[in-house]
Amino acid sequence: MAKIKINKNPGSTDMTAMCDVAFLLLTFFVMTSTAKIPEALPVDTPSSTVQTKLPETDLATLTIGEGKVFFDLKGREVRMRTLELMGEKYNLEFSEQDKTTFSRMDDFGVPIANLKQIIDMKASDRSKAGQPGIPADSLDNQLKEWVYNARIANNEFNNEKGSKQELQIAIKGDAKEQYPMIRKVMDMLQDQKINSFSLVTGLRGKDF
Amino acid sequence: MAELNTGDGGGKKGGKVRSKKQNSKVDLTAMVDLAFLLITFFMLTTTLSKPQSMSLGLPDKDPKDDSVDMKVDENRTMTVMMGADDKLVFYMGLLNNPIAGPKDLPYGREGIRAELIKRKKEVLAYSTAKGKPDQGMIVIIKPSKKSNYKNVIDILDEMAISNIPTYTIVNDFSPEETKLLEGKQE
Repeated sequence: MAKIKINKNPGSTDMTAMCDVAFLLLTFFVMTSTAKIPEALPVDTPSSTVQTKLPETDLATLTIGEGKVFFDLKGREVRMRTLELMGEKYNLEFSEQDKTTFSRMDDFGVPIANLKQIIDMKASDRSKAGQPGIPADSLDNQLKEWVYNARIANNEFNNEKGSKQELQIAIKGDAKEQYPMIRKVMDMLQDQKINSFSLVTGLRGKDF
Repeated sequence: MAELNTGDGGGKKGGKVRSKKQNSKVDLTAMVDLAFLLITFFMLTTTLSKPQSMSLGLPDKDPKDDSVDMKVDENRTMTVMMGADDKLVFYMGLLNNPIAGPKDLPYGREGIRAELIKRKKEVLAYSTAKGKPDQGMIVIIKPSKKSNYKNVIDILDEMAISNIPTYTIVNDFSPEETKLLEGKQE
């Protein structure tokens, strides 16, 4: 007649191992994810159904919006060398400190003469500085020089490693940007015999 | 110290000792919940933040090569012109003697895409009849000065969706084409 005792309080599971795994994964994702830094020129990219990913290295991004062009380059060594080459071209001195800071910076859009001011700024102030864009007129086409020197720097750097990878160019345009501005940048690239480049787009649903 | 630990003094062996044993096990459920929530957040944000891109190849525009004009069958060419305020005009063949159009079309599934797929089939039938089924349709994209970047991307996207292998961006407008693009505007 012994009553079966129902254990109302089920023994609590040992969560220690689960917790360990969870935090291991958490640490991994925190380490690998790159924090999104506010861009100097925020653009709203148009969306497309094409899903090719942009390369992580050997990439220069030209951001176009509000009639301004900003320049960004991947790879710290390539950036430092590009700045050196640009300094030689425009007779400007950049110290080692400047180069190191520049290599850690993001996109920028100032005439080369004002670049030093941007380098000396704090990272949080750069996006608020109201940068006027890189001059891309036929009189003073600094954008062309940036792209050209970035390609040289990238090739030098890749040749050292024995790789033949050319610098890829990506155009990140604002959806509302007028076509002539985009065309001007494309023409500039084509003048350098860059006939193939990437257009950065957002993701659009499949059933568009 | 001594005051705080009075309960543990040797005298009593009652419930207090037991309760101390129970406390040695911390309930980790909430901590695990939080950890997984954060994992989910970081996983989703890392995969979504990678930007997409479409590659675009343009023909070489070396001034030396201008003399070599490619002869293209006008039955296979379709011209798409983009104007201000998301306006889109297309015609097949030559403008003086168009096979179809010129006609206004809206962007999207019902408009330009339906037309592109229809025309693509017609061109394929035409090429097959000529015994060259590998010659598909050629689309000439003409963005005018008033069109915006989104229009260009939309049309390039349509090319990718409709699987049109040959397309190019041309910036020259003939006076008739400009008239067509601006004249019909309401």
